[in-house]
Amino acid sequence: MSQPVNYNDRPWLDPEAEPFIKVQSVSKHFGDFTAVDSVDLEIYKGELFSLLGGSGCGKTTLLRMLAGFETPSSGSIVIDGVNMNNVPPYERPVNMMFQSYALFPHMTVENNVAYGLKRDGVARSEIDRRVADMLSMVELTQFAKRKPHQLSGGQRQRVALARALVKQPKVLLLDEPLGALDKRLRDQTQYELMNIQERLGVTFVVVTHDQEEAMTLSTRIAVMDAGRFMQIGTPTEIYEFPNSRLVAEFIGNANMFEGRVTENGPDHVAIEGKNPKCDFYIDHGMSIAEGTKVWIALRPEKIRISKEKPANGGINSVRGMVHDIGYLGGTSTYRVQVGDGHLVEITSTNQSRPKDVNPPIDWDEEVFLHWEPSSSVVLTK
Amino acid sequence: MSVPAETVLPAGQSLGFRLRRRLLYLVQHHWRGLVLVIPFGWLLIFFLAPFFIVLKISVAEAIIASPPFTPMIDWVSDGIMHVRIVIDNYAYLWEDDLYVNTYLNSIKISTISTILCLLLGYPIAYAIVRSSHTTKHILLMLIILPFWTSFLLRVYAWMGILADQGLINDFIRWLGYEPIRLLYTQTAVYIGIVYTYVPFMILPLYANMEKLDWELLEAAADLGARPMTTFFTITLPMTLPGIIAGSLLVFIPATGEYVIPDLLGGGNVLMIGRVLYNEFNANVDWPVASAVAIALLLVLVLPMMLYQHIQGKQVEGK
Ligand SMILES: Nc1ncnc2c1ncn2[C@@H]1O[C@H](COP(=O)(O)OP(=O)(O)OP(=O)(O)O)[C@@H](O)[C@H]1O
Ligand SMILES: [Mg+2]
Repeated sequence: MSQPVNYNDRPWLDPEAEPFIKVQSVSKHFGDFTAVDSVDLEIYKGELFSLLGGSGCGKTTLLRMLAGFETPSSGSIVIDGVNMNNVPPYERPVNMMFQSYALFPHMTVENNVAYGLKRDGVARSEIDRRVADMLSMVELTQFAKRKPHQLSGGQRQRVALARALVKQPKVLLLDEPLGALDKRLRDQTQYELMNIQERLGVTFVVVTHDQEEAMTLSTRIAVMDAGRFMQIGTPTEIYEFPNSRLVAEFIGNANMFEGRVTENGPDHVAIEGKNPKCDFYIDHGMSIAEGTKVWIALRPEKIRISKEKPANGGINSVRGMVHDIGYLGGTSTYRVQVGDGHLVEITSTNQSRPKDVNPPIDWDEEVFLHWEPSSSVVLTK
Repeated sequence: MSVPAETVLPAGQSLGFRLRRRLLYLVQHHWRGLVLVIPFGWLLIFFLAPFFIVLKISVAEAIIASPPFTPMIDWVSDGIMHVRIVIDNYAYLWEDDLYVNTYLNSIKISTISTILCLLLGYPIAYAIVRSSHTTKHILLMLIILPFWTSFLLRVYAWMGILADQGLINDFIRWLGYEPIRLLYTQTAVYIGIVYTYVPFMILPLYANMEKLDWELLEAAADLGARPMTTFFTITLPMTLPGIIAGSLLVFIPATGEYVIPDLLGGGNVLMIGRVLYNEFNANVDWPVASAVAIALLLVLVLPMMLYQHIQGKQVEGK
């Protein structure tokens, strides 16, 4: 009956698969301060794993422990079946791209990129070829003879990227690899990263602030806060089923409503909103006691806006006043004031030109918002 | 800025006011130039002028008179000027093996001392930079501390340590061995010079290493460089300016050193400072002494120019 499942794209679901990187209850303390707080992490071969989180939450520290620049205060790190605790950085099958780039100022771009290959004793002609390939990939061929200080911020970032990529290690650690690139180059480099990942089976661990980048690139994402993982999952899981307010708010935009569970049936849950006062009906059962205080997260694109009152008796809908309209080309963003000054954000795609919408929604108009019973995400923390 | 009432001319036309305004204008618009007047003036008065005086004496002849050298310009009758420039002194330096050998010996001693200072100072500077904030300040203090006692006193202290009946030999005797001759040897001179000048090596190295970005060393390690390779490919080239600055600060004064070879080397170690002293005081031959000094300057200017050249290149690269 049951189909054999193909785990190729989702090795983390395969109970047989052996993780390539295993981080086991690793902590890092700096004096009294805990930068990384007993985290567990399993990353599989060929994954492009993103670490997302606010500034200072410990992403770089975790990466530095993987690269070997910091020793974990406790716990162990295993890469490719080898415990890394006593392996120095220069013997790890890992290359890192530094957040600050750490380019060698006294070397040309070319020599920066060639540095790692020279250390491996690669033949001169081979080095030249691979460096040239790399430089053309990051569009820096004409800057090969320059020193790092003669480059722009984005160009330096590309040198750092090229220097980390050229060795084609088993694991690539990238700390904010694309931050300083313009959109075109970023798209191109993203594409190239995915290409390298597929072609060479390199495992990537990427730190990023840019959640859109994380969503498009990653096989899985870990959301970090204060040295701990809040949630680890595929981009879809993280986006559609965040497990906490923090994750919901960190990934994409989310409207948060506070409420209280009034009814808990086997196949549905009813929640009474506090501000605005409205009734939420969720079409699947959950293990939450009646009377529990919860938050409901609603993504802006899951809310519909109209001037007519929806015919569902006021459930999963609320009345409000248009406060702000932003026209973004492909989409429009509405900010609608509901209840006591609570602003709800709605995005809708502009399928027809705004002028042709009949009747058009304007500032300070009364509108109705409503959403599907499956759209609300109930969060307890 | 009060102007006496009776001299008030049409608004702001008084001489004092105009002068002040000109001055203000000068300061405001040419302050960069004015600031440079101070170091250039300093160099002119305390370096260039003495240099030319010494140069002038070095091309005179020694006579028994006061001053003990012939004047450069004689006024013969009828307004005829007689200029005497004698280069015999330089020829004499060149031809006499004593001088040439002394120069070579000075350079040898200061070169070896510089290398010893570098070998000793580099790890010390490195250790200071890498130590924690509080330790760092204590260590730097310890480096500077010896300067609080007189240099001469410290050299005399070394005489006490190195003497035949000194601390080291007492210890050797206590161990039951034959005492060794230390004082009045070349070794004593090296000990004295290295001891005296090693802070001048450490401080510029420290200042340079303090600016070193340690992440570069991590990046090198990450790319597969072992500690030795990282040192030679990253640390050393990055700290080269500090090495050069420190080496010059040791090499230049060590070459002309007089007190240390005199007190610790006795008559056995001849350095150019000693010769200079002898020519001035014992032989009262100012012209030859001046020639010795000028020649020494030339010997020292060469490495300086080399340094300038390297620095110029680096600035170009920046
Ligand atoms: N060497 C150190 N000594 C003391 N505290 C440190 C050290 N390195 C990092 N920290 C602290 O650990 C915390 C995590 O730092 P980390 O660099 O990992 O943050 P991050 O998640 O990379 O932030 P960002 O996104 O801003 O780069 C920070 O609060 C930082 O101040
Ligand atoms: Mg960081």
